[in-house]
Amino acid sequence: MGKPTGFLEITRHEHGYTPVDERVKHFRDFVVPLPEAGVREQAARCMDCGIPYCHRGCPVHNIIPDWNDLVYRGNWREALEVLHSTNNFPEFTGRICPAPCEASCTLNFNDQPVTIKDIECAIIDKGWAEGWVTPQIATHRTGKRVAVVGSGPAGLACAQQLARAGHRVVVFEKNDRIGGLLRYGIPDFKLETLLIDRRLAQMQAEGVEFRPNSHVGVDIPARQLLAEFDAVALAGGAEAPRDLTVPGRELGGIYFAMDFLTQQNRRVAGGKIAAAEILATDKDVVVIGGGDTGSDCVGTSIRQGARSVTQLEILPKPPEKENKLLTWPDWPLKLRTSSSHEEGCDRDWAVTTKQFIGREDRVTAIEVTRVEWQQANGRQIMAEVPGGALELKADLVLLAMGFVHPVQEGMLRELGVALDGRGNIAASTDDYQTSVNKIFAAGDMRRGQSLVVWAIREGRQCARAVDEWLMGHSELPR
Amino acid sequence: MSITCPPPASGLYDPRNEHDSCGIGFVVDIKNRKSHQPIRQGLEILANLSHRGAVGADPLAGDGAGILLQVPDGFLRAECAELGIALPPVGDYAVGMIFLPRDTHTRAQSEAALQRTIAAEGQVLLGWRDVQTDNSCLGRSVRPSEPVIRQVFVKRGAQCPSGDPFERKLFVIRKQAHHAIWNRELIGRHQFYIPSFSARTLVYKGMILARNIGVYYPELRDPRMESALALVHQRFSTNTFPSWSLAQPFRYLCHNGEINTLRGNINWMLARRHNMTSATLGADLDKLWPLIGDGASDSATFDNALELLLAGGYSLPHAMMLMVPEAWADNPLMDARRRAFYEYHAALMEPWDGPAAIAFTDGRRIGATLDRNGLRPARYLVTSDDQVILSSEMGVLSVPEEKIVKKWRLQPGKMLLIDLEQGRIVDDGEIKEQLASAHPYQFWLDATQIRLADLPPEVGPMAPDIQTLLRRQQAFGYTQEDLRAFLTPMAISGEDPISSMGRDIPPAVLSSRPKLLYDYFKQKFAQVTNPPIDPIREELVMSLVSFIGPRPNLLDLESGGTHKRLEVKRPILDNVDLERVRRIEYHVDRAFRTATLSMGYSVERGAEGMARALEDLCREAADVVRQGYNILILSDRALDADHIAIPALLATAAVHHHLIRTGLRTEVGLVVETGEAKRVHEFCLLAGYGAEAINPWLALDTLSASIPHLTPRMSEAEANEHYTKAISKGILKVMSKMGISTYQSYCGAQIFEAVGLASEFVERYFTGTQGVIEGIGLMEVAQETLRRHRQAYGNAPLYRQHLDVGGELAFRLRGEDHAWTPETISLLQHAVRSGDYEQFKVYSRVMNDQSDHLRNLRGLFEFRFASEPLSLDEVEPAADIVRRLATGAMSFGSISWEAHTTLAIAMNRLGAKSNTGEGGEDPVRYTPLDSGDSARSAIKQVASGRFGVTAEYLVNADTLQIKMAQGAKPGEGGQLPGHKVNDWIARVRHSTPGVGLISPPPHHDIYSIEDLAQLIFDLKNVNPKAAISVKLVSEIGVGTVAAGVAKAHADHVTISGEDGGTGASPITSIQNAGSPWEIGLAETHQTLVRNHLRGRIAVQVDGGLRTGRDVVIGALLGADEFGFGTGALISAGCVMMRKCHLNTCPVGVATQDPELRKRFPGQPAHVINFFTFLVQEVRELMAQLGFRTFDQMIGRSDRLDMRRAIHHWKARGLDFTRLLAVPLAPPGVATYHCEEQQHGLDAVLDHRLIAKALPALEARQPVRIETPIRNTDRTTGAMLSGKVARRYGHAGLPADTIHVSLAGTAGQSFGAFLARGVTLELAGVANDYVGKGLSGGRIVIYPSPDSSLRAEDNIIVGNTVLYGAIAGECYFRGVAGERFAVRNSGALAVVEGTGDHGCEYMTGGVVVVLGPTGRNFSAGMSGGIAYVLDEDGTFERRANKAMVALEPLNDAEETLNVRVLRDDWRAVAEAELPEDNLRHDARRLEILVARHAVYTGSEPAKRVLEHWRELLPKFVKVMPLDYRRALQQMQQQPEVRAAPQGEKASAAA
Repeated sequence: MGKPTGFLEITRHEHGYTPVDERVKHFRDFVVPLPEAGVREQAARCMDCGIPYCHRGCPVHNIIPDWNDLVYRGNWREALEVLHSTNNFPEFTGRICPAPCEASCTLNFNDQPVTIKDIECAIIDKGWAEGWVTPQIATHRTGKRVAVVGSGPAGLACAQQLARAGHRVVVFEKNDRIGGLLRYGIPDFKLETLLIDRRLAQMQAEGVEFRPNSHVGVDIPARQLLAEFDAVALAGGAEAPRDLTVPGRELGGIYFAMDFLTQQNRRVAGGKIAAAEILATDKDVVVIGGGDTGSDCVGTSIRQGARSVTQLEILPKPPEKENKLLTWPDWPLKLRTSSSHEEGCDRDWAVTTKQFIGREDRVTAIEVTRVEWQQANGRQIMAEVPGGALELKADLVLLAMGFVHPVQEGMLRELGVALDGRGNIAASTDDYQTSVNKIFAAGDMRRGQSLVVWAIREGRQCARAVDEWLMGHSELPR
Repeated sequence: MSITCPPPASGLYDPRNEHDSCGIGFVVDIKNRKSHQPIRQGLEILANLSHRGAVGADPLAGDGAGILLQVPDGFLRAECAELGIALPPVGDYAVGMIFLPRDTHTRAQSEAALQRTIAAEGQVLLGWRDVQTDNSCLGRSVRPSEPVIRQVFVKRGAQCPSGDPFERKLFVIRKQAHHAIWNRELIGRHQFYIPSFSARTLVYKGMILARNIGVYYPELRDPRMESALALVHQRFSTNTFPSWSLAQPFRYLCHNGEINTLRGNINWMLARRHNMTSATLGADLDKLWPLIGDGASDSATFDNALELLLAGGYSLPHAMMLMVPEAWADNPLMDARRRAFYEYHAALMEPWDGPAAIAFTDGRRIGATLDRNGLRPARYLVTSDDQVILSSEMGVLSVPEEKIVKKWRLQPGKMLLIDLEQGRIVDDGEIKEQLASAHPYQFWLDATQIRLADLPPEVGPMAPDIQTLLRRQQAFGYTQEDLRAFLTPMAISGEDPISSMGRDIPPAVLSSRPKLLYDYFKQKFAQVTNPPIDPIREELVMSLVSFIGPRPNLLDLESGGTHKRLEVKRPILDNVDLERVRRIEYHVDRAFRTATLSMGYSVERGAEGMARALEDLCREAADVVRQGYNILILSDRALDADHIAIPALLATAAVHHHLIRTGLRTEVGLVVETGEAKRVHEFCLLAGYGAEAINPWLALDTLSASIPHLTPRMSEAEANEHYTKAISKGILKVMSKMGISTYQSYCGAQIFEAVGLASEFVERYFTGTQGVIEGIGLMEVAQETLRRHRQAYGNAPLYRQHLDVGGELAFRLRGEDHAWTPETISLLQHAVRSGDYEQFKVYSRVMNDQSDHLRNLRGLFEFRFASEPLSLDEVEPAADIVRRLATGAMSFGSISWEAHTTLAIAMNRLGAKSNTGEGGEDPVRYTPLDSGDSARSAIKQVASGRFGVTAEYLVNADTLQIKMAQGAKPGEGGQLPGHKVNDWIARVRHSTPGVGLISPPPHHDIYSIEDLAQLIFDLKNVNPKAAISVKLVSEIGVGTVAAGVAKAHADHVTISGEDGGTGASPITSIQNAGSPWEIGLAETHQTLVRNHLRGRIAVQVDGGLRTGRDVVIGALLGADEFGFGTGALISAGCVMMRKCHLNTCPVGVATQDPELRKRFPGQPAHVINFFTFLVQEVRELMAQLGFRTFDQMIGRSDRLDMRRAIHHWKARGLDFTRLLAVPLAPPGVATYHCEEQQHGLDAVLDHRLIAKALPALEARQPVRIETPIRNTDRTTGAMLSGKVARRYGHAGLPADTIHVSLAGTAGQSFGAFLARGVTLELAGVANDYVGKGLSGGRIVIYPSPDSSLRAEDNIIVGNTVLYGAIAGECYFRGVAGERFAVRNSGALAVVEGTGDHGCEYMTGGVVVVLGPTGRNFSAGMSGGIAYVLDEDGTFERRANKAMVALEPLNDAEETLNVRVLRDDWRAVAEAELPEDNLRHDARRLEILVARHAVYTGSEPAKRVLEHWRELLPKFVKVMPLDYRRALQQMQQQPEVRAAPQGEKASAAA
C-alpha cells in the first residue's frame, strides 16, 4: 500500500499561488495546483498508518490513506468514489478547509504532513473535469417529504443525503441564490461560485427542490412547514454576529464583516446591491478579529484597493510552533498566516478596542490598548497593560469577531424549539432532534459557529437521523 | 474405549486437555531366552529415567509407570498351582491383569461380567488370583484411587484355534466386559480396567513412581518371574490426577509423544463403522464398538486403534507403518516400491500424526518406531550376548563397554524390530522391503489411483460483471481490507501477508458488526507438550496430498486393486479442477459419481429458516450417499438476491458430522465450492471440519477482476497460481503450528477452539470442539448471514459501489472497533508526557468504557466493591506493587536501541523489570551508566533462535524467560531479514551483518514437557540465582500445560493473551490464533490451585493489558504479575503504525534506520509515568475493593460479576460461570505465589568440579580434574561455566585452564553453555543436547578405551548437539543424531557422521563431517561453513540447497602442494585457523581434522590426513549464499565492521 519509504524520499510540496501583485487585481481563484504527477508523488508520502490519525482528525472522517494510495497508483476514479463516500462536497473542503487532517497526520508529529487537502482537491477537480461526477438518483422513493431550512453546507449535505435515501426534499433559502455561506460568506477568490452551481445541478437531478427568496419565519410561516412536511431540518447557520459595544460604535464606517463580504460576492456575481455600498477602496481598514472571516476581510479589502489594512486580535500572539509532544494529533494553537495576510496587512495581537473615534458621524480612528493574559484558576484572565493605549487611523472598521448563535427572532421563536445555554438549538449528535417533534437541527444552528467541514458532517449525520426517524432504520452512513 | 479416571470437567479444567510424554525403554533377548534378567533390567531402566518423569505436589505421587512382559509361565504356573488352578500348556491359556473397583458390589458385578463374557465367547474360566501389592510406596493423593488388582486365568475354548484367533477372542471378551460395566450406573465403575488380557503378554502398571514399580508389585522381583523381554514406560503428565488406567505400557505399546490429530483420528475411526468389515473378526467386529471413546489419552486411543488393526489381520510392523508412515510424498530417496506401499495405504487411513517414539510388542516381536520428523529420542545398543536395549537415552543400564557391538539411534520414520521367533534383528529396510513387496502395490495404485491433474481438461465458469461480483462479495462478507491486505498481496507475492503489532479488536462475539462464523474459531497450536514444525525448512515432512472420495475398507487386506481413489496434490481446487471433479463420472469408468448440493435457501425463510435448511441439507447428503453418489460438492454458487447461503463452514461441519453419525462418512468425499473462503484461516477451518478439497470460486473471480490493477502485471493464471500457493503455504503453516505434517490427518482434526459460541450449537454441528464462554447459536449466525445478504442486495448507498471497509487491521471509523484509537493513544501520550494523572484517568476511562462498544471479555465484568472501602493509605504502597510489573519481551532488533534502553532504564528506576526479548543483550548494558541509571534488562529471554544466549548473558539476569510462544504468533518462528541485521545487531546476536536470521518454530531442545524440565535445569545450573520463567500463550488447555511447567520446576509462568504484539507475523496468526488472556489466565490459576501447585510458581499475565482496571481484573483471575508491551511502547512514543516489519517506523521505535531513530520521542520519564499512574489506579481500586495487600486480591474471582444487563444482540448468550469459578483450595493450599521450587541442584556433579577448579576460578591457575560420569549427571559443566562467566564474562579463561576428564555415559546437556577456558574430555558416550549454547569451551568425546566398536559406525552423541552454540570447539569420535549443530552461530565442530537436518538454521561457525549425513542437511543455513566428506557422491541428494551452494574447496591446490610434514598432525593442529572465511578452505579443514585426530585419535581423521590427495577432492563445501555475499560486502567496506561510534553513549536515551 502506497510507497513504504515515500515519506523518507519525497519532501512536501503544496500547491502554489499566483504572485500577490497579480492576484490582488481580481476576485478569482489564484491557486496554482500541482501537476498530476506532482500530486501523485505527494500522495506517495502517505504512510498508510495502522492508525490513521488524519481519518479521525477529519470531521467527515475522510478515508484519507485509501485515496492517497489510489492517487499514488493513478486510480483516480476509485479515489473519487472513496472520497465521495464520506464527503458530499470535497471541492469546497479541498479549497477552504483549514485541514485538521493535516494537523493529525502522523508525519506532522516530526516532519511535514501529507498535502491531504491538495490531494482531495485534485481528486474532485479531476472528477468534475472527467465527467465522473454524476447524480446518484434513488431507485426507490419513500413518499416522505422533508424540508431543509438553509442552503449552506449543512443544509446542502443534509438535503443531498436525504434525496439519495429517496425522500422528497425541499431546501428553503432566504437569499436570492442557493449556497448560504458558501455563496455569500466566502470570498470568490477562495471559492468560485461556479463550483457551487454545478453541485446544485447534481442535486437537482437527484430530486432536491430549491426555493430561494424563501425566508422561513418571514416570507413563509414556519408552522406551515410542519404541516406540509414529514420532517424539517433546520440548518440556517449561526448568523447573529458578536458586536463590539464600545463608545463610538454608532459611527458610520463600522460594519459587520459578513455584510462587507456578502456585498462583494454579490458584486462579483453581478447582482444588485440593495443597501449602501461598503468599499475599502482608498481607505485605512481595520479588521477586528483574528480568525478566518477577518482574514477574508483582509483579502477583500486589499482587492478593493484599501490604503492600508490592519487586523487586530484580542488574544496573545500564538507560538510559531506548537509543542507537538503535547498537542499532536489534536488541532494546535499556533500562528497561522493565510494567503490574504501575505497580500499585505499589519497584524497585532493582545489588543482590545477602547473606543471608536469619529468625525461627522464617520469613524476616523480607533483607540486600542494592549492587554495581558494570565492564567487564574484554570481560566485566562485579561488585564489591560497600563500605558498601553494607542490610536490607529481607520475609515473602515470591519467587525469579524465571530457569531454568537443563530438568529433567534422569527423562525426559531415561532417554532418554539428549545435552545441550549449558548443560544443554539438544543439537539444531540445522536439523533439531531430538537425539542419539537419532527424538527431536527444541524450545522452552526445547532453547533454554533464552526467550519464548513463540520457543517457537512452535521448535515450528513442529521440526514441519517431524519431517515431513521422517518423509516425506522437507515442505510445512510453517519 | 473410554477409560476416564481424572475428575470430571469443572471450572475451566477439562480432562481432555491433559498431555503426557515420557521416558520409554525395552530390554530384549534376541534369542527369546526367558530369564529374570530383562525384568530386573527393565526396572533398573525405570529407576534411571526418573528425571524424565515428574512428581506433583505430593512427592510420592508419580504420573504413572509400568512394565510389559511375556507371560511368565513358570511363575504363574507355580502360583496358580498353589491356588489349585492347573494351567494348560503355554499358549493355551491367557492371563488377564484386572483393575477392579474398590466398591464391593461393583467389583462383584465386574468380575461377574467378565466371567459371563468369557463363557459366552466359548472360553473357559480357570480362576482368579490376587496380585500381591505393597501400597506403602503410594502417594497420599493416589491411595484413594488404588484399585483392587487381580489376575484372571482363561483356558482356550475348544472351538478357538490357538495363537492369533485366541488373542482376537480375548480382545472381543475384554471389550464387551468393559462396555458392560462402563455402560451401567455403578459406583466407581471407571476403576474397572483391564491393563492386559493375553496369552502372550502381561502388564504391570499403576500410579507409582517409576523406581517403585518393583516395590508395589513385589512379584516382579521374584526370580521365577521370567520373560525374554521387558517394555517399560514412565509418564510425565501435565496433571497429576491419578489415573491408573492411563499409566503405560498399554496392551501393545508405550508411547513417548503426542498425537496431535487425535480428534480427527477418533472421528475418522467412528466414521468407518459402516464400511468396515473384517474377514478375521467376522461378526465379532460389531461387538467391539465403540472402538474408541472420549477421555482416553492419545496414547491409549492409539493403542485401541492398533489393537483393532492387529485383530483385523495386520501384522504389528504393518499396522505401525499404516498409522505412523514415513514422509513418503516427494521423497526422492525412497525406494519406489516402498513409496507405493505408503501411497496405497494413505487412502486407507490418515496418519496418526505428531511427535512420537513408540515401542511396541505383541510378545513375539518387539520393536520401536519414530515419527517422520524424529521429534523424540530413542537410542539403542546391541550386546555381544544378543541383548537389545532401547531407551530414551543412553546409560540407563550399565552394560560393560566391551560387550557392546552396536550403538545407534532410531532415525526419523524408521523402525527397529526384533523377531523373537526368528531370533534376530530385522532392520528397517528389510521389514519395509518385505511388506512393500507383499502385494503389488504399484500395480494396485496404477489400477486405482486417479490423479485429478491427469483427468481431461474441463472448462470452468467465467467471472461475472463487476456489479454482480460486488454483490456476491458483500454477501460473503468481503471487505476492502480483504482485497487490499489479503487477496491482492497474495496474488502478487504468493505469500500469506505479514503485519505487525497485535490484535486489539473485539472477539467476534462482542463485535457489533456481522462477523463470519470463522471468526468465532481460534486456531490451536502446540506449546511445550509437542513441537511445532518448520513447514519451510522442514518441508520434506509436510504433505498437502488429499484424497477425495470413498475410503476403502480399513480391514480389507487383500482386494487392493479394486477401489478407485482420487488424489489431489493440494486441496485448493481452481474452477477447472472443480469441474473435473464434478464431471468425473464420465471419465473414470463410472467409479465416481458426484452430486452437487446447494447450501442456499430462499431468503423468504429468513434467519429462522436456516435450521430447517441445514437439516434438509444433511438429510439430502445422506440420501445421495445411499443412492451411490460418492463425491459430494457442497456449493453456494447459487447465491443471489433471492437465496441466502448457509455459511459454508456450518454446512460442511454439519454434513461431515451427520455423515459420521450415520456411519456414511467414509463412503463419500466432501468438496466445498464456496464464495466464503478467501483467507488462510477460512480454508483451515473448512479442512478441519471435513472438507477434502475446497474451491474458492469467489476469491478466484475477485482475482480475475483485479488483474488490470495488479503491479507487476500478470496473467489470470499466474495470479491464481500465486494465490493458491499462498493459501497452501498458509495451511501448511497452520498445520505445522500444531505439529501436524499431513493435510490428510489435519482434515477433520478440528484443531480449533470456539470463542463465543453456545456449547449446544457447537456440540451439534462441530461435535467435539472445545469452548469456554458460551455465546451465540444458530439463530444469531443466521441473522449475521442475513444482515450481510441484505447489505449486498439492499439499497444502502454506502454499499452501492463499495465493499465494507473492514478495519480489522488498520483503524477505520466505519470499521471494526479497536482498543487503540487516535483518541486513546493521544490521551495516553499527552498524559505521560505532561505527567498529568488526571489526564491519564481520562485515558483509562475512555479505554475501559465499553458502554457503546464491547471490546473485550473483561469489559463485561463488574467489580463487587466492598461495602466499606479502605482509605488509600491503608493499601499496600506503590513501591511494592510496581515490582510486579514488567515490560513485554521486545528484542533489540525488532525495536531500536533508543526504544529498548528507554524501557530498560525506566523499569530499573522504578524497581520493575524489562525484558531483553530474543535478541541477546549488548554487554555494555551490564555496567551502569554514568548517570547512575542501568540499561540492563532484568529479564533475559531464551527463545528458539538462542541469539546471543551466552553463559555471560544468562548470569546477568534476574529472570530467565523461556519463550515457548508469543501471543501474536504462537507456534511460529520468526525471521529477521538480512537488511535489518546491521553490524550492531549482528554483534549482539553473534551473527554476521547482512545475513538473515531465522528463529525456528520449536525450541529444538524442547519437544516435550520433560525436555522443558531439562532446559529449566540447564538454565538454573548456569545461573542458580535467576528465576526461570516459561512464557505460554492462552489457548484452551494452557492451564494444563502450566501445571506441567510447574512440575518441570519453573519458578514463573507467563500467560500471554492473543492480543500480544509482534514485530512481524502473518496476519493469519495475529488474528486467528490464541485466545483472550482472561480465559487462559483463569484456566491456569484454577488448574494450578486444583493441583496444589499454585504456591510454587508465580503467574504473570500479559498481552493486551492497558489500564489499572485490567491489572486488578488480572489479579482477581489469578495473576501475581503483569506484563505490558504495547502500552509501555505507546508511552515511549509508538503510534501503532503497524509498519514494524517494514523498518519504516516514523517515530524511531521499531526501526534500525539511523535517520528514523533520530525521531524517537520517548523518555524514561514517560514510561515511568505510565507505570506510576497504573499503580495509582490499581491502589484506588484495591481501596474500593477493600484489599490491603495485593496478595489478598489474587484469585478472588468471586469479586467479579458479569454485567447482566447486556444489550448487545450477540453478547447476550455469554456465560462466564466457568471463567469465574473459584477453585477449591483446602486449608494450607496456596492460592498465590508464596513458595519456592525445589530445583534439585544439590546433587549436580558441578559442585565437585567447582570445588576442584577454585584455583582456576580465583587465580586463573590451570587445573586438571578426573571423574566418572553417568546418565543421571546432567548439564555437566554449566554451573562451572556460570561461575567463569560471572567472573570473567564472555571472554572467559585462557583455553584449557580447567580440563575435566570424564569417563562413562554423560547425561543430557553435557557441556551446556560451556565457558571459554573449560575443556570437557569424555571417554564414553553422551546423550542429547551436548554443547547446547556452547560459550567458548571445548568438548572432546571419544569411546571408552574398553570399547571394541568401530567408532565411526556408532553413535557418540545424541540429538540436537550444539544447539545455539556461540563459540568454542567440539570433537566427536563417532556419529551424531539428528539436528547436529542446529542454530550454531560460532562453534567449530568435527564429527564422523550426522543424522537428518544437520547444520539447520546455522548462522556461523565451521562444521566438518567426516562421514555420511542424513537428509535435509543445511536447511535454513544462513551462515558459517560446513565441509562434508562425500565419498560416494550422494551428499547432494541429502542437502537442502534452498539457501546454500555446494562447491569444492577453494584452496585445495595450494594445500596439495605445500604439504610436507605428513605425520606431524600435532603441529598442524596447533596452527591458527585462517580467519577469512571466503578463503583457505582446505587449510582450515586440514587444521580441524588434525585437531580431531589429535584430540580423539579418530581413524577417519587420520585416514583423511594420510590420504589427503585422494580425499580432499571428495569434500563438499556447504556455503550459504547470503553469508558469502555478506562477507564479500564486509571485505569491500571494512569500515562497516567497526562499531558505530556514539551509539553506546546514547544508551542514556
